[in-house]
This record gives sequence, structure tokens and C-alpha cells, in this order.
Amino acid sequence: MGKTIVELRNIVKKYDDSVILKNINIKLEEGKFYTLLGPSGCGKTTILRIIGGFIDATSGDILFNGKRINDVPTNHRQVNTVFQDYALFPHMNVFENVAFGLKLQHIPKQTIIAKVQRALKLVHLDGYQDREITALSGGQKQRIAIARAIVMKPKVLLLDEPLSALDAKLRKEMQYELRSLQQRLGITFLFVTHDQEEALAMSDEIFVINHGQVLQSGSPVSIYDEPLNHFVADFIGESNIIPGKMIKDYEVEFLGKRFECADAGMRPNEPIEVVLRPEDLDITLPQQGKIIVTVKSQLFRGDYYEIAAVDEDDNEWLIHAINPVTNNSTIGITFDPEDIHVMRFNESETDFDARLDQYEGEEREK
Amino acid sequence: MKNKYVQWLFNLPYLLWLALFVIIPLLLIFYYSFIDLNGHFTLANYATYFHSGTYLKMTFNSVWYAFLVTAIALLVSYPLAYFLHQTKHKQLWLLLVILPTWINLLLKAYAFIGIFGQNGSINTFLSLLGIGPKQILFTDFSFVFVATYIEIPFMVLPIFNNMEELNPSYINASRDLGATSWQTFIKVIWPLTLPGVKAGIQAVFIPSLSLFMLTRLIGGNRVITLGTAIEEHFLTTMNWGMGSTIGVVLILAMVLIMMITGEHHRKRR
Repeated sequence: MGKTIVELRNIVKKYDDSVILKNINIKLEEGKFYTLLGPSGCGKTTILRIIGGFIDATSGDILFNGKRINDVPTNHRQVNTVFQDYALFPHMNVFENVAFGLKLQHIPKQTIIAKVQRALKLVHLDGYQDREITALSGGQKQRIAIARAIVMKPKVLLLDEPLSALDAKLRKEMQYELRSLQQRLGITFLFVTHDQEEALAMSDEIFVINHGQVLQSGSPVSIYDEPLNHFVADFIGESNIIPGKMIKDYEVEFLGKRFECADAGMRPNEPIEVVLRPEDLDITLPQQGKIIVTVKSQLFRGDYYEIAAVDEDDNEWLIHAINPVTNNSTIGITFDPEDIHVMRFNESETDFDARLDQYEGEEREK
Repeated sequence: MKNKYVQWLFNLPYLLWLALFVIIPLLLIFYYSFIDLNGHFTLANYATYFHSGTYLKMTFNSVWYAFLVTAIALLVSYPLAYFLHQTKHKQLWLLLVILPTWINLLLKAYAFIGIFGQNGSINTFLSLLGIGPKQILFTDFSFVFVATYIEIPFMVLPIFNNMEELNPSYINASRDLGATSWQTFIKVIWPLTLPGVKAGIQAVFIPSLSLFMLTRLIGGNRVITLGTAIEEHFLTTMNWGMGSTIGVVLILAMVLIMMITGEHHRKRR
């Protein structure tokens, strides 16, 4: 466990009568890459702005290095922000933009020049000092905005959907660069995005947010593999979600059939939802399939085919396969017990962790 | 071919307007400035203008008072626009600032005569305090005060619009990088609202150069500007040539102001 640098305790934000954030509790450790992931309007940017000091929380505490900073103004916080629209000052050139914060600190001019150059080198724009902001491309503006923030050597860098305005190829490139930049600098990054792919690719830890609440937090792999509820399963990656019933430990029933599974610790006959990821489903002959479906359509996605199919009960199925199938043909699909992920209704993150600990402990005793 | 013809038809009203109300009048003024009282071509008007102490003093007066009016209007309007920009019902407040421009200039001038006059409300109030009636009307002060009052909306509007266009994330970014509110104002808000200030200066300084009704009604002819001189030449002495010459000088002064406050391409290092 690293040292906690930023902590939000019971943060609530209300505008008049509408509640934007309901009791947010988040801990950020030093030197990690965090992502706030959620649909637009879920409150993720509000969290960022509260940490940055641009808006005040209605109640709750913001702690920085263990000290409460609710009343510390933005300019005294050791936090810098990369804004969604970059907010590069149009009346200054690249050098003046990057040097803006340093100049305020009355640092000798030579030092400023050296620091700006180093920051520009980090974002691969060395030599752009004299360019006007209007003469830069979107990707270059993005890098300058990052350089302007990291030149201040903040403890925490807040990034507000910084890649959303870039085209797909550049966005992928910047994902790699941001990740490696974060690892080189060792600064805590708090990244806000609605793009689940971006979040999965870059983060050490993801907070999935919806309606002003943290629904699930954890490593990208654990969130992808063990989504806590319908929203998380649906939002992160593609998924087939089917209602079912937990017959007993390690046995689940859905679509009128019983399957062996890897989950336990629930009441017998408890109603649940089952998640099956499209890439975990394998296509086989109808007689060998655990479920029989009819292919409705398929899309070529480059590295795989996305097949949409319907079973006998009119449930839609999404399957990722390497080879195409024929439309309107009947195919069987199979999966392994570990591919079935069971979600309880209204289970909180703490309950989930407790149950996981419990039955994993039981397994070890056996 | 037909398209071209239609396009011409659409442009015609504007071209006619331009020709009749802009180009021909300008040419006429220019032409008359070379004509003497007897209708002969002459350069004497210009010679008189640049050799007579009276006209040069008037020119200086015009520029000086226009400068005063513009400077005071800016000092009042910038904070006012900033304040308006921050308020909740800004459109309503802005409307209240603009409202006086809908009233005829003469009416406003007469209203101020009522307020500033010997028996006006201010002197009545001063008498009550025992300070006694003072000469307020027909002073430099009253002229500058009323002129500024009239020009303020024209200064507030462009500055206000510029502030509205200012992206709030620039201010956030400046604060984020460690600037105090004052540093943010000096380094970000002021330079980014400068175009609005320049537009405001143009909108106020140029009309102020040729203010003439107010000089008479409020300034009591103590302040004589080029505007007053033009009026005198055209309506009283009937020396259209001299009046036109002053007009040409004023037009040149306006061009100069436009060039000074216009957009420049920045040069650096």
C-alpha cells in the first residue's frame, strides 16, 4: 500500500434541489493512475473540480496529505489540471503558456527556460516554444496543456476527458503516452473519461460512477471480470446479461437449464443475474451447444466478427468469433463454468468483497 | 449567367446606400473643403485652419475633451461590465444600462439642465445643507459629466460582450497554475477583454470628438469643440468650405484612431 495523497470523505454536492454527488468516498495513493469512469452527467467531472478547488462540496472533507483542504483556494493546492478544452491562453505563445505558472513563482529566467524545455521534451514538442497557440493542431494543444500542468510538478494531476476531442488513432497514441508519462514522473493521475476502453487500458484503478455514486472500484481486470451489478456489467465492455436463479453454491439456473459455475455464498434459490462476455462464448455444432441460437446478423470488426443471435426464448446474444458464420443458421454456444459471472441484486461493494473472502476461505479449508 | 444577374440585384440596395450616403457625401465634403466663399477653388481653408491659433486650440480642445470622456467612461464601464457579467440576471441589468440610449439626446440634455440648473434638484439639496447654490451648469465639469453619462452604454456593451465570450476555463486554468485573483485579472482577463475595450474606445472617442449640442446646452459654449465650429460654419456664417475643411480634419482624426485601436499583428522577440 502506497501513501494516501488525496482522500474524499462523505463528499456531497447539491445544486439547489438536485443532488449531483451522493456521499463519495475515494482514496488516491501516491504514484498511481486512477480513472473516474461513468456516463456523461454522472458527476465524475464534479469530483475532479472539487479536488481542483473550482467548486466547493456541499458537505464532506477533502484531505490532501492528511490535511483538510476544503478552504484552501485553487492557487494554493498542489494539484494541477488538464482541461477538457485545454484552456491554453490564446494571447500567449507556447513558451508563455507553459511558463505561466513558473513565472508567478519568481524563479530565475534561466531556470524557467530550462524547465519549460524539459516539459516540452517530455511531451515530444521540443522546439515549439515560439509557436502561437492558434497554429497548433488538436493533438499538439493537448500535449502543451499537459506540459503546462506537469511543469508545475504537482503531486496530483487531474485530467478532465483530455482525449475526447482527438481522433481515434491519436487517442490510442496518447493513451500510451499518458500512461508512460505517468510512470516516468511518478505523479498520481486522476483521469476522467466516459470511454471504458480508455479506462481499462490506462488505469491502475478504476472508479465506476453513476448518478453521483461510486458503484464499483478496483483494478481494470477485476472490474471487467467481476462486475458488481447490471450497470457496471453493461457499461464496461460488451456483455450478455440474463436473469437466473442460484440453485445452490456452484450451481446456477438460467434459460431453464442448470449450469455449473464458480460463484457461491448466496441464499439457495436466490434470484440473480448472469453475465456472459461475448468473447468467452465459443461457437460449436447445435447438438454440442449448451445454448442453441439462430444467427441474425454479423459485423466485421477487424480483429473479430461480432455476431448477433437470438435463442429460443427471444433473448439476444452477442458473440465474438474469429471466423464468420452464415446468417440465419442455427449454432450452438458453449462456455466454461468460470465464464459465468453471477451478480446479486443490490449487493454493495463491501458485501461483495466479504462474500468473496468468505467462500474463497471455505475453498481453502477444503 | 442568370445567377450573376440575380446576385447583382441583391447587392443593388446596398451599393446604392453606400454610394448615396457614404461615398458621395465624403467626396462632397472633400470637394467643398477646396472651395472658398465665392465658389472658387482654393487651398486657403486648409491654410487658415493650420495657421489660426483658434482652430488649433479647438482641435486640441476636441481631442482633450474626447479623451477625458473616453477615459472616464472606460474607468466606469470596465468594472460595471465585469460586475454585470457576474450577476445572476445579467440581461436585465444590461437592459437597464442600455435603456437611456433609447431616449433622445436632446431630452437627456434638457433633463440635466433641470438637474444641474440654479433651481435644479442638486442646488436645492446643497441649499438645504447650507452650502448654497453653486454654478454647476455651464462648466467644464457638467459638460464632461453629461457627455460621459451619454457615452457609457456604448462603452459597456462591447466590453460586456467580450467578457461573456471569455471562456471561464481560462480563469480556472490561471488559478490552477497558482495565480491569485489579481494576477489572473492582469495576465488573463484584461488582455483577453482588450478587443472589447478597443471597440468601446472607438465607439466613444470618435463621436465625442464632434459632440456639439451638449457643448451649447450643458457646456454653455465655454467648451468649443470642432463639432461646434462645423455647426457655426454651416448654419451661421454659411462658410461651407471652412466647415468642410474641419470635417475633413475630423475624418482624418477618426481614421487615425481606428488605426491605433485596430487589430494589430503582434510582433515578438
